[in-house]
Amino acid sequence: MTFAMLPRRKTRILALRYVGAIVLTLIFLFPVYWLFMISFKTPDEIYHVPPLWVPGQIQFSNYYVLFKDGDVVAIANSLIVAGVSSVVAIILGTLCAYSLARFGTGGENLAMWIISQRMIPPIAVVFPIFLIYVYFGMVDGFFGLILLYTAFNLPYVIWMMRGYIIDVPLELEESALVDGLNRWQVIWKVVFPMVRPGLMATSVFTFVFAWNDFLFALVLTRTEVITFPVQLTHYFGGQSNFWAKIAAMSVLGTLPIFVAVSVMQRYLVRGISLGAVKG
Amino acid sequence: MTSSISLDSAKPARGHAIARVLENRLPYLIIAPAILILLLVGLFPLIYSLVVSFQHVTMTENDRSFVGLMNYAELFRDARLWEALGHTAIITVIALPLELLIGFLMAQLFIDRMLGRQVFVALLVLPTVISPIVAGATWRLMFDVRFGPVGEILSFFAGEPVRILWTVNPSFVYPAIIICEVWQWSPFMFLLLLAALSNVDQSQLEAAELDGASYFRVLRAIVLPSIAPVIAVACLIRGLDLVRIFDIIWALTEGGPGSMTETISLYTYVQGFSQFETSYTAAIAFLVIALLTVITTVVLKRMELAR
Repeated sequence: MTFAMLPRRKTRILALRYVGAIVLTLIFLFPVYWLFMISFKTPDEIYHVPPLWVPGQIQFSNYYVLFKDGDVVAIANSLIVAGVSSVVAIILGTLCAYSLARFGTGGENLAMWIISQRMIPPIAVVFPIFLIYVYFGMVDGFFGLILLYTAFNLPYVIWMMRGYIIDVPLELEESALVDGLNRWQVIWKVVFPMVRPGLMATSVFTFVFAWNDFLFALVLTRTEVITFPVQLTHYFGGQSNFWAKIAAMSVLGTLPIFVAVSVMQRYLVRGISLGAVKG
Repeated sequence: MTSSISLDSAKPARGHAIARVLENRLPYLIIAPAILILLLVGLFPLIYSLVVSFQHVTMTENDRSFVGLMNYAELFRDARLWEALGHTAIITVIALPLELLIGFLMAQLFIDRMLGRQVFVALLVLPTVISPIVAGATWRLMFDVRFGPVGEILSFFAGEPVRILWTVNPSFVYPAIIICEVWQWSPFMFLLLLAALSNVDQSQLEAAELDGASYFRVLRAIVLPSIAPVIAVACLIRGLDLVRIFDIIWALTEGGPGSMTETISLYTYVQGFSQFETSYTAAIAFLVIALLTVITTVVLKRMELAR
């Protein structure tokens, strides 16, 4: 059916699709909008019946309180833990992936074992890990949490990077070897530039997974390295919830993700489907 | 698929001994740190759990003698465990098809080119990438009986005040959890299905259209078969996540009222960290692992059969 044949019908369908798209977006984004609005409201406005759809004015005192009470330390902790563990997982995982992709180290079995590590439910290992960490005095410390997130992101990084490295033409590496570069130089000067976009995307997702984790942080932190999702749950009380803090903290904890994901938009599909669907 | 380069051809013409060792052992050198960490943090706790699950260890008594399958036998007598499994099943069985259906409809809406599609997709995907704890917290604010907008919107449509204690009332806790879950993860399905749909062979679709085939016939004969592998993968990823659902429920209901929305992950957590039943927790953990392994194997088998 060409456009010229039925222009009116085509236009009507397009208009309907826009209406659908806008309604859908409004529905899905309303909770996010509500979160932002509460974070800008004064206590009177938050506890107003019926609820107010728009705050009287944009004011930042809810955020100011988080800084004054020192709650933002949780954001800083999350940044350190998620940041460092991502960098470590990316470096070690990419090297491992190179070995798997180019030398076939360990064969298919090793690759399958690594991806199966990703399927282990966190709840099944969190308790033994807790006991082991207690034994070694690693609870509530940066090192323990970073080690854990590194381990849980490694299978993801290895799997994704293996896919990206296999896509690099072998001839490029071979000719570089013939030119007298050693293997390390080949990895750094030939492979790395080729896989850089995929590497960036993988890093972002690695960061997001560590950033969003709740269970491990809940179990393995007490006071020193509380991450932002754990801090958030502290604002829920039996009778009263600290709504202003919940909203402001949620927004602070979500902004880095928003930025990261909008930058990496074209890698979203491949990133969240473990490469099962090439996006 | 993987073609490996022979190491001999990679041997440098000159360079001292250390460099040569680094070069020759390279495949193992660069794989070692990652594997070591995986063994340490991934495998070691599992082995530890396996051993402990055959003992009778609690936080207070450290009796290391082996009791055989006692903990596993206990699993079958534990009513609360089976209820928790039931709760998990309810959430999975309702939320997964809903997410798939809504995701599919969303993908259908955006499959043809339109101005601003990128922007819509980017906005719609936001719920999927935010922390599940934030998602739960957000919906707790949304559902609040006095200050939340959900009641207000429902009242507007009902024409009379609607006051529902979403996260407390036994008839509404599951809808509340499922709404939150579906809100967060339908966009995930949407994203994968959109990618899959845009890979469907266009020439086949055009040919079918010329033949005057109806929408549903094209859907059944061409579209669904070609996106089936992606649907299977998407359902597997989401299904595994749903079986171990924890964060959203923790933020929304904390398993309440009572233990009405306690899922298997929450129950395991309670056994481990408030009852301190070390050995029993380990047994539950292996039940969960067994369950997930069975699901994964069955789905993967069916996928292979379908090919």
